[in-house]
Amino acid sequence: MPTLVSHPDEVKVLSRRFGLGAANIDKYLELDGYKATQQAIANGPEWIINTMKASGLRGRGGAGFPTGMKWSFVPKVSEKPKYILVNGDESEPGTCKDHLIFREDPHSIIEGTIIAGLAVGSKMGFIYLRGEYRYLLNIMEKAVADAYARGFLGKNIFGNQGVDFDIITQTGAGAYEVGEESALMESLEGKRGVPRIRPPFPAVVGLYGGPTVINNAETIANAPHILLMGGEAYAKLGTERNGGTRLFGISGHVERPGVYELPMGYSLRKAIYDVAGGIKGGKQLKAVVPGGASCPILKADEIDIGLDFDQMAKAGTMLGSGGIVVLDETVSIVEFALRTIRFYQHESCGWCIPCREGTDWIKKTLTRFHAGGGTKKDIDNVQYIAENMMGRTFCPLGDAAAMPTLGFVKKFRSEFEEYLAGARPADPLIQITPVGEPEHAGAH
Amino acid sequence: MAAIQTSIFTPATSARFDKLATIYPVKRSALVPMLLYAQDEIGYVSDAVVAEISQRLDLLELDVRNVLSYYSMLRTVPAGKYNVQVCTNISCMLRGGFELLDHCKNTLGIGHKETTEDGLFSLEEVECIGACCWAPAVQVNYDFHDDLTPAKMDAVLDAYRARETK
Repeated sequence: MPTLVSHPDEVKVLSRRFGLGAANIDKYLELDGYKATQQAIANGPEWIINTMKASGLRGRGGAGFPTGMKWSFVPKVSEKPKYILVNGDESEPGTCKDHLIFREDPHSIIEGTIIAGLAVGSKMGFIYLRGEYRYLLNIMEKAVADAYARGFLGKNIFGNQGVDFDIITQTGAGAYEVGEESALMESLEGKRGVPRIRPPFPAVVGLYGGPTVINNAETIANAPHILLMGGEAYAKLGTERNGGTRLFGISGHVERPGVYELPMGYSLRKAIYDVAGGIKGGKQLKAVVPGGASCPILKADEIDIGLDFDQMAKAGTMLGSGGIVVLDETVSIVEFALRTIRFYQHESCGWCIPCREGTDWIKKTLTRFHAGGGTKKDIDNVQYIAENMMGRTFCPLGDAAAMPTLGFVKKFRSEFEEYLAGARPADPLIQITPVGEPEHAGAH
Repeated sequence: MAAIQTSIFTPATSARFDKLATIYPVKRSALVPMLLYAQDEIGYVSDAVVAEISQRLDLLELDVRNVLSYYSMLRTVPAGKYNVQVCTNISCMLRGGFELLDHCKNTLGIGHKETTEDGLFSLEEVECIGACCWAPAVQVNYDFHDDLTPAKMDAVLDAYRARETK
C-alpha cells in the first residue's frame, strides 16, 4: 500500500485528513465534513463562485485554468441538463496524487462535486477514475452509498426541499487519452476515447450535449476547504495568481519519494533537496521533469524557481500535474527520451495524423538511435517532427509528446551526439533492439 | 432493452448489469464498465460477452468491438488467473522497473502478454499505473504492490501461488 509521508514545510489543507481514517463517514463528519456543502446551500451560487474566484485556485490537472472562472462560464439557463464531471483518470506519468485523495479522503471529492453542482445549477455529477484504480473505486462507491444513506445525496439533500444531487461513479478501462476532457466525455458516453474539436467548449456543449463542468479530482477536492477557510485566506497561501497549496508527487532518484502538499510557489530546489531528502545515494542531480512526463525537462542548474504555473511557464516548461520526476547523473537522456516517446506512441488515440504519425516516427527513430544505428540527421529529424506536431491536433496529446521531446534534443543535444560517438550508459535500462530486427517497442 | 433470456453471467452480475443499464442518462454509457466487469467474471471479453452486452445496450456488435479495441485493459483472449502487470514508465524505470520486468520474465518463464502453462500467471509490461511515488510498482489483477525489489517480487508471486494450494 502507498505510504504517507510528511515534512515540516508542508501546508496541509487538502491533505489534512490524510491518515486519519476519513473514508469513514463518521470520522469525516468529526473533521468538519459536509459543513462546506451546507454553507454552500445556504449561501447560494453567487457566493460559491465568488469565493472560488477569490481563492485563485487553478486547475490541478495540468492546464491551470482558474476554477471559479470555469464555473462562471456555464450558462444559467439551459434546456439540457447540466453535469459535473470529476476527472480522476490520473494517467500522466509521474502523477499519483489523486490516488491518495481517493483513498484517504473520498468524501471531500463528493462534497466538491455537490458544491460545483450547486454553483452552476447541476443536479448530477460523475466521478470517473482510471480503470487501474478499482480498489479506489470501491472506496469511492462506499463513500457515495454512505452519503446517500445520510441524505447528503439524492433528493432534498440535507433536508432542503428541491435541492437534489446524484453522483455516479465508474472507471475507465486503460487509456491515457481519456484523461483529456473531451475524450473523457466520449468515454463516459460509451465510446472510444477520441477528442472533440473545440469550440464549442464543454461549459456550453459537453456531456450528452449539456453544459458540463470538468475538473480534476484534486481541484474538486479543494472546493470544500476553500469555502470553509474563505477564498482570500486560501489565496494567501500561494503566490500571485496562483492561490493555495498543491499536492506534489516527487518520484525518481530522491531519498524520500512521496506526495507532499506544498504552497504554490515553493522552491523546486527545496522540494527536491529538503522535502524529498535530496538525491538518492548521494549522487548528483542531472535533470528534473517538473510536472509529469509531458513537461519539458529542466537541467540541474535550472531548478532555482518557484513551483507555480507562471514561474514554470517563464522557465519554458509547465507545472503540469505536479508530478516531479528527479533524474540523477547516471541517467542517459537518450534512454529517457525513448521511454517517454514509447509511452506517447502507445497512448496516441490515432485520431489526428500529426500525433499518430509523429509519435510513431519519433519512437522508431529513437529506437534505432538507441540501438546504435543512429545518424546526426536523426537528431534534427526528431526535432523537426516534434516541431510539426505542436499545435496541430484536436487535443493536447500531440503537444504532450512533442514538448518533452523538444526539451530532450534541445537541452541535451550534446548527449545525443556523444551517444552517436559511442558513449553509452554503463548500465543501460532499456533492452537494446538489434538493428534490422522487429522493434522491441515496449512490446505493447 | 431486449430481454435477456439466458445470460452467460452469474445471477449477481446479471442483476448488476440490469441496473447498470438504467442509471445513466444514456444507456450506452454503461458500455465501458460493463465490458470490464464482464471480463472480471469470464476472464476475457469473449464473442459471447460481446453478443450479450450488445443486446443489453441495444448496440451493434460492431459498436461494442470498436470500443473494446480502444481500451488497453480489455482483452479478447484469456489471460492467467493472476495477471502480473509491471510498470516500466519513467518513475518506475528510474527505480528498477525494467529489472523487475526481466526478473518476472525469468522466474515465470514467459514474455509480455504470455501465460504460464499452468494458467496461473500471465505477464504484461504496462504504462504508468499511478503509483509513481512508491516505485517500482506492479499490479496483479487489481492489487497494487509497491516499492518492490526482485526479492520482494518473488514473495508477492509466492503469496499468489500459496492461495492456490490452500
